[in-house]
Formats: sequence, C-alpha cells, structure tokens
Amino acid sequence: MLRKWRSWGPPVLLILPSLTLVGVFVYGLIGANLKTSFTDQHTRATEGSFVGFENYTALFGDETFRFALRNLLLYTGAFVLGTLLIGFVWAWLLEKGVKGEGFFRAVYLFPMAVSFIASGVVWRWLLNNAEGERAGGLNRFFDQMGVGFLQNEWWTHPRWGIVAIAIPAIWQLSGYVMALFLAGFRGIPLELREAGRVDGASEWQLYRHVIFPQLSPVALSAIVIVGHMSLKVFDLIMAIAGQTNYTTQVPATQMWIEFTRGDYAKSAAIGTVLLLIVAVLIIPYLVYTYRQERSR
Amino acid sequence: MTTTSATPLPVGGAATAADPMAPRPRRDRGSIAPRTIRYLLLVVFAVFVLMPAYVLFVTSFKGLGDATPTRAWYLPQSWETAGWERAWEVLSPALVRTFSMVIPASIISAVLGSMNGFVLARWRFRGADIVFTLILFGMFIPYQAVMIPLVTLMQDLGVPSGVPSLIVLHVVYGIPITTLIFRNYYASVPDELIEAARVDGAGMLRTYASIILPISAPAFVVVLIWQFTSAWNDYLFALFFSNSRNGPVTISLNFLASGQLQDYSASMAGALIASLPTLVVYIILGRWFIGGLMAGSVKG
Repeated sequence: MLRKWRSWGPPVLLILPSLTLVGVFVYGLIGANLKTSFTDQHTRATEGSFVGFENYTALFGDETFRFALRNLLLYTGAFVLGTLLIGFVWAWLLEKGVKGEGFFRAVYLFPMAVSFIASGVVWRWLLNNAEGERAGGLNRFFDQMGVGFLQNEWWTHPRWGIVAIAIPAIWQLSGYVMALFLAGFRGIPLELREAGRVDGASEWQLYRHVIFPQLSPVALSAIVIVGHMSLKVFDLIMAIAGQTNYTTQVPATQMWIEFTRGDYAKSAAIGTVLLLIVAVLIIPYLVYTYRQERSR
Repeated sequence: MTTTSATPLPVGGAATAADPMAPRPRRDRGSIAPRTIRYLLLVVFAVFVLMPAYVLFVTSFKGLGDATPTRAWYLPQSWETAGWERAWEVLSPALVRTFSMVIPASIISAVLGSMNGFVLARWRFRGADIVFTLILFGMFIPYQAVMIPLVTLMQDLGVPSGVPSLIVLHVVYGIPITTLIFRNYYASVPDELIEAARVDGAGMLRTYASIILPISAPAFVVVLIWQFTSAWNDYLFALFFSNSRNGPVTISLNFLASGQLQDYSASMAGALIASLPTLVVYIILGRWFIGGLMAGSVKG
C-alpha cells in the first residue's frame, strides 16, 4: 500500500489539479452546453425543459444562420489559401539565405504580436468602402496608383464581403506560416538535394519529388492550425464590421448576439455546431499525431 | 513505445532548442539577376506588411480635420499629440488592469504546465498518451462551445467579473498549451540525469524540484511570453466576463474605436498604446517568441 502510494502519489498530486480543471472546464462544460442546447431556455429567467433537436432544426432552417455558415467556410478557404501561399513564397524567398534575413523575418512576423482588435482599428479604415472623390484607405491607394478599377466595397459587399475580412487575417498570420515553412525547408537534409542534382533532376523535378514531399507534414500542420483559428474568427469581425453588420455574419457573432438577447438555448446550439465543425478538422489530426507518437 | 519522445503535434518539437529557422552555414546565393529579383520581392512584401503600421502611426499624430480616411496615406499637416492624450485618458486605467490580469495568469498557468509536462513526459503510465491528447483537445475548442454554462459556473463559484474572472479563465484554458510546451521540453532532458537522481534516492517530487525546475528556465520564458501575448490580446473572454469599467485594454480600445464619435487619431493612438507591451516583448525577446510559435509545428 505504502509502496504503491510512493510511486503513484506524487505524479498524481502534480497533475490532478490540472486534470480536474480541464475535466470540468472543457469536458464538463461541453456536456452542460449540449444539455442547454436541447432545452427551450430562450430567456434568462426560465430554466427550460427538454425539447430535443428543436433548436438545431430551427437553426438550420434559418436563412441567416445558413448564410453565416457559408460565410465561415468562404472566409476559411480564403484565409487558409492566402496564408499558405504567401507564407510559402516568403519562406521560399528567404530559404537560401539572404543578407538581412533577420530583418525580413521580423517584419513579416510582427503582425502576430498584435491583437485583432488593435489591427482592426486600422484595417477598418484601409477597407473603407467609399470610392472616387471620397475614397479612403486602399481604394484611395488604388485610385492614385492608376488601378482605380480595383476599388470595391470590401466587407460591405452583400455576397463576398466576408472575404475582405480575410485580408487582415492573412496579413496577420502569413508570417507564422512562413516560420513553419522556413523551418521545414531547413529541416530537409542537404544531401537529399545534392543527390537529386547529381541524378540530373531539373529544379522543378527537385521540388516536385524531393522538396514538396518533405514539406507536406509542415503544410498539414499549417492547414490545421490556421484552419482552426479561422473557424473561430470573431474578434476581427467585431473590430472591423461590428456585430450587427449582416454581410460579415458568422456563427460566432450570432452566438454573441443571441447571448446578449438572453436566448441561452439558441446560443448554446450555435456553440455546439461550431465545436462540431472544428472537431471535424482537429480530431483526425489529433488521432493521427497520437498514432505517430505510439508507433515511435 | 519509447519512454521519451518529442511529439510531432501541432505545437510539437523542441520549442526551446536553437532557432529551427536558422540559416545553414553553406549558402547558395544563385546568380546576380535572380538575386536582385529576390531582394526586390522581399522589399516590396515588407513595404506591404508595414503599410498598416505606417497609417496607424501618422494618423495618431493628426489633428481632428486631418484625420480622415481620404488623407490616410499622407503625413500629418501638423504633428499633434492630442490624440495620444485622449487615448491615454481612456486606456490607462485599462492598461493597469490588463497588467494585473496577465501577469498572474501567465505565471500560474506556466507553473501548472510545468508540473503536467514533467509528469506526462517522464512518468509513462498506461494511457499517458490518451490523457495528453485529451488535455490537448482543450487547446483547439472554440470557446463558444462552453461559454453559456461557463458564465453560469463562474457566477455560481462567485468569481467577480473583470480581472479575477479573466485570471481564472486564462489559467484554465492555458493549461493545454503550457503542458504541451513543457512536455516537449522535458522529453528532451537526458534520461541519465533523472536516473542519477533516482539512484541517489530522490523521489519524484524531489527530482522535480531539485533537478528539473532549475533547468526549466528556457521553457518558462517561452511559455510566459506565449501566455502573456495571448492573454493580453484576448477579446472573447473579456467581452463575456468584463466591461469597459473593469475589463482589459482590448475592451476599452474597441469601445474607443467604435464609439459614436469617430475620433480617428485617438483610436489609432490607442491601437498603438494597446499593442506596445506585446510589441516590446516581441522585439526584445523575439527569438523566444518565435520559439513559442514553433512549438506548434516542428517535429523534434
């Protein structure tokens, strides 16, 4: 008994506080949220009784919510594609080692240190929708550069407004993806490239058969990390467009609106839908890495 | 299954080891023409990245009539600090609150992360990997999925809104990432070190306190920077658990910037003030900041 305690006691003692907290605040609350989403607690005062999937069917029957879901997917597509492309190009430009690399790295990465709320202050301006004489921000810039046809409504566009929100997000996270790819590039053994060259591979073939395969785990990590951040988008929309703007609605902003109205059941249902969407991306990834870990 | 291994997780790898992006000593610079194009592209990209910072900076020094979107790209007609003064007035109490929230939150979650990381890296009980994966999942969840019952729970626990609530939340939801970084760091500690302590009759707690903690400084730096930055920049929890009178600087800044009175120069000055602490951390401790970022990515 005492021996058992000596080997089990201390580690359990160290880890128990955290396990309890994570157990309650993550898993317990996900359960509680699920329970609320199955009730009709539509005001702060009521307790609510069980109504099954009623809130969910109502949500998916609601045009605004479907629009918000579509926006979320559109935003995620633009955000992930944009950061991956730009991050890769930056890493590729820096990869071979250039003078002033530290400077460029620092410049490309600095937006990561800033909050979406702070960067939103200036991006709201840059993405000002006025055109022509009254044009401001990027529209003004386009006008002066002689590419006035690029002027557009940005985030106020009724169908594609949400894609404009991805621009500041790409600005902020591309440096992160660059860092991932740069480390990936430099993790490729030089001998591998040399071997390719000796075999007479062209530059393109070298990329196609040696470098891209070596970078694909990095790309996968980048997609999962940026993708799950993207699905949680909230701050940036609040800072640029505000919660009431229709063109940039996503589930997270609707969840907040329903919360302020006191409609806990609907709010909880939206939260659960968001969790499911993120889980589709995250769980396979966690399982995959867990398996890799075990097989080592 | 090996007893110790760095994880290839999203945020895996020896976060604190030498800079994983460090250039190779042998350089292949290519010929002149491509090299010029390369530099040109790098500079153009850098200018684009810095553009929003430029607009923030010049606008913050503009007078009321001068600070309009149409004049976004121009230098101020006259350099004025009135915007900075108005922003400081609104934000300074919030800045104090943010510091008093972020510092304890980072320290407590770092300590918890260190304890968990040590246990999970060094004590291979059955199911250790599952426990770790379950903890990690907490890092990825959208907090909207727990928010409604969380509000009720915090009320039931009697944690006051504002700084106390936010400390609790950043500690709790910081556990997954801090555990991950410490676990990866401790997995790289040589087995002999631990064995030597065991031979000397040190128990687990003694080993932790006298062998592990003293060599943990690099991991602590990474974790503290990471937690400091993410708690400082948080808006979601702040919105649900505080208001502009007791909340952190993100709340006050958004309040200032989206108010009825469009005080542009003050908003821009405010954005700079609110970003200054994390930017200073980034500039001074940049290498470590990157270490924290890489924690998410690279195989050990």
